[in-house]
Amino acid sequence: MAADAAVKVSRKDFVSDQDVRWCPGCGDYSILANVQRVMPDLGVPRENVVFVSGIGCSSRFPYYMNTYGFHTIHGRAPAFATGIKASRPELSVWVVTGDGDGLSIGGNHLLHTVRRNVNTQILLFNNKIYGLTKGQYSPTSDIGTKTKSTPQGAIDHPVDPIAFALGCGATFVARTIDVDAKHMQQVLTRAHEHKGTAFIEILQNCPVFNDGIWDELQDRKTRAQSSLVLEHGQPLVFGAPGERQGIVFNSGIPSVIELGDDEDPLERGVVVHDEQANAASYAGVLATLQRPDFPIPVGVLRAVEKPTYEDMLQDQVDSAIAERGKGDLEALLHSGDTWQI
Amino acid sequence: MTANDSSTLKPSEQLESVAIRFAGDSGDGMQLTGTKFTDETALAGNDLSTFPDFPAEIRAPAGTMAGVSGFQIHFASRDVYTPADRPDVLIAFNPAALRANVEDVRSGGMVIINIDSFSKKALTRAGYEGDPLPDLRERFQLVEIPFTTLNREALQGLDLSAREIDRCKNFFALGLLCWLYGRSMGATERWLGGKFGGDVLEGNVRTLRAGFAFGETTELFPASFVIPSAKIESGTYRNITGNQALAWGLIAAGVQMDREVFLGAYPITPASDVLHEVARFRHFGLKTFQAEDEIAAVSSTIGAAFAGQLAVTVSSGPGFILKQEALGLAVMTELPLVAINVQRAGPSTGSPTKTEQGDLLAALYGRHSQSPLPILAPSTPGDCFHTALEAFRIAVKYMTPVVVLSDGYLANSSEPWLIPDVASLERTQIEFAAPIDVGEFQPYARDPRTLARPWAIPGTPGLEHRIGGLTKQDETGNVSYEADNHARMIELRKEKIERIADALPPIEVDGPDSGELLVLGWGGTKGSITAAIEEVRTQGLTVSQVHLRHLNPFPSNLGDVLRSFKKVLLPELSDGHLGMLLRSKYLIDIQMLNKIEGQPFKIAELTHAIRELYES
Repeated sequence: MAADAAVKVSRKDFVSDQDVRWCPGCGDYSILANVQRVMPDLGVPRENVVFVSGIGCSSRFPYYMNTYGFHTIHGRAPAFATGIKASRPELSVWVVTGDGDGLSIGGNHLLHTVRRNVNTQILLFNNKIYGLTKGQYSPTSDIGTKTKSTPQGAIDHPVDPIAFALGCGATFVARTIDVDAKHMQQVLTRAHEHKGTAFIEILQNCPVFNDGIWDELQDRKTRAQSSLVLEHGQPLVFGAPGERQGIVFNSGIPSVIELGDDEDPLERGVVVHDEQANAASYAGVLATLQRPDFPIPVGVLRAVEKPTYEDMLQDQVDSAIAERGKGDLEALLHSGDTWQI
Repeated sequence: MTANDSSTLKPSEQLESVAIRFAGDSGDGMQLTGTKFTDETALAGNDLSTFPDFPAEIRAPAGTMAGVSGFQIHFASRDVYTPADRPDVLIAFNPAALRANVEDVRSGGMVIINIDSFSKKALTRAGYEGDPLPDLRERFQLVEIPFTTLNREALQGLDLSAREIDRCKNFFALGLLCWLYGRSMGATERWLGGKFGGDVLEGNVRTLRAGFAFGETTELFPASFVIPSAKIESGTYRNITGNQALAWGLIAAGVQMDREVFLGAYPITPASDVLHEVARFRHFGLKTFQAEDEIAAVSSTIGAAFAGQLAVTVSSGPGFILKQEALGLAVMTELPLVAINVQRAGPSTGSPTKTEQGDLLAALYGRHSQSPLPILAPSTPGDCFHTALEAFRIAVKYMTPVVVLSDGYLANSSEPWLIPDVASLERTQIEFAAPIDVGEFQPYARDPRTLARPWAIPGTPGLEHRIGGLTKQDETGNVSYEADNHARMIELRKEKIERIADALPPIEVDGPDSGELLVLGWGGTKGSITAAIEEVRTQGLTVSQVHLRHLNPFPSNLGDVLRSFKKVLLPELSDGHLGMLLRSKYLIDIQMLNKIEGQPFKIAELTHAIRELYES
């Protein structure tokens, strides 16, 4: 389908002619830039890329990508993406959603798309607030969050996007943050390489309605201490030199230990990250790591192989044709009992 | 005796038509018995119409009124348009089935009961205070047959449990009915042979034949009946239900348009059978997707339409309403798809297995703001096939979602269907927008004739574009909040739908083009209305008939046709949705005959209304 594979495409080929209309300082700008930056290296012809979104600030995203794009209705983007991918498996389908769109009104569709393992990349921008409707609390807002609709503070227990995705049986779960361009690009590339639903929570700042919610992770001074960068096969170690710490599990319960700069984490029993761990419970424990007691894990928490929905669907079509021959309308209409008048 | 030997030693009496109702517990196999009798009747060359009437509960408590399941078949040596108002024959498997149905039987008709099930306890359970039989013997030709005992005797010696044996008794009754009306049992035996083996097969075949032989030898029936073949158009026929015909129409659309079909659906009564039927035929290259809910069903369907498939979603009343927001997006993004609503009685969950025509206004106006789309309604089970095909033709030609309004009555009733010649079915060449090398693609540039925008599918170089629910700028499709543009786009979408009428054939009036009375109908009421009109015509009334298939837009000459009659009668199974539309659009004092009982019109209700209006 590529018009000419030899033509070198660059970031600007993926920039549409539309004016970007997020608020100044919005974390969405850097996410957009990073997505546009990785696109040329993924090897997918631009015409085979589809961005699908729901409703909300994040969902304006497709308008700014010079690919095929579909800005749909609130919460339903995963279902639209499923229809696209199931019928045209060769397309590279990306879903852009937010904590409100994806986990509140669209929670059901997110659940089922993830459990079916439809081969799409789902980017969930989590700013823990409703932006486009001007600042109400979201399903990821912390208890006590004061907003226009919760003047006395939110009383809902929040949902954790990563734990939710793991609970749905996600085959690829990752977390990254809006300001860390290099890390985000790595995660996006890994997500695209994964065959199956790749779920990425992107921690994103809303400078207008929930400014500073991820400050600890965004600030270079505190990032090392407040985040745990996951790398497959590497021990769960975090913190700047002189303040190194590691994660150990005691009967599956995580805790933090201090590590000297020269100490071997393995000897101290620090857990080695295994994103391919068969049991989702390992990633599930990682998902429980929260501030202030623990650093927040970023990177790929889980990456396992399972057949994709669209492949199994296509296999059923192919095997039906192999068994019965290509459908014949004349034969269908005359099948079963007929009679002549 | 062989299975196909329907000759009889007893005398036979010729009849023009018979209506039979099978009734029993929902676990008694009444739908199956009725369906198999229908197949044999079709093969005997009669015209026919059937109507299954079953409870929403899968297995309501045995022996109660709530659990009664019925299946009515009307067959004749002349044209048959409806399952008949009143059965001539009732077969009741228990007291509850008798009590629920016997008052529908025509006076003096035949009532066959399974006398084995008429214990005192069962009578009480059915709500009878005393023994109803003495009274019924006065009013009907009551035939008391120990079906349970006879069936057990016939199946002695087989390696079947008592329960398995008793489950066969419906086929004893089927065999008896085949004898009584001179039907063969060959199709039923072939079906059994394909479905069962061993003693289960043996048991069913044996009891079927025993029932037939019982008719031959018993003194309960002095004669059997002959219903000669009907004189109908020559060709190859089959039985088809509305849901099956819809499913096959969708499959046919894929073949005739040479494009894959994608069906996204969520199970709902009475529409699920369309999903089941289409799912059986994946070897046509089609894909079915059982979504997590109705919203995902329509959303995945719109996604598939965006991706270039022949996309269709199917549901019923409550499910259709859940789809409305997404259908609004399909209107805004001008994508071609078909949304089928097999209407059922509401509001809310209502009566899921009962029929109604109550969703017309919702289909037209149930989305927010101005959101026009074409609406079609099939009129007979077989017509569902052609309607599905036409819906797709309109969808791709005009780039619009199309709503098809079937109903619970069409869905489950069956009729002999003249199998269309595939070569005679219209073929449509789908034209996607072609790749471009230079310049900006204009996703909302329109065909000047149809006002359709191009169908530009992912995978096409140079046509990368973004669409969505926000107001579109004319031609570019970019987001626009400009006032004049907004008004223009609303107007363009409206005009696009209105222009569909230019390509519709003008309405043809059955009967005189003008005169005293026109009876107008739409959708699944056609059979009842046609039968009623035939009846009043034989009594000397000059009545014309028009049956609408296009509910939006209306055919261009509808207003002129309506104005050519002094009076217009419009029967609807709702509180008059179409009547309201026509009155406001054409300012004609249409007389509305509304029925909302979950059941089709009885012919007598219609003939009464026609006569009354005719003579007023």
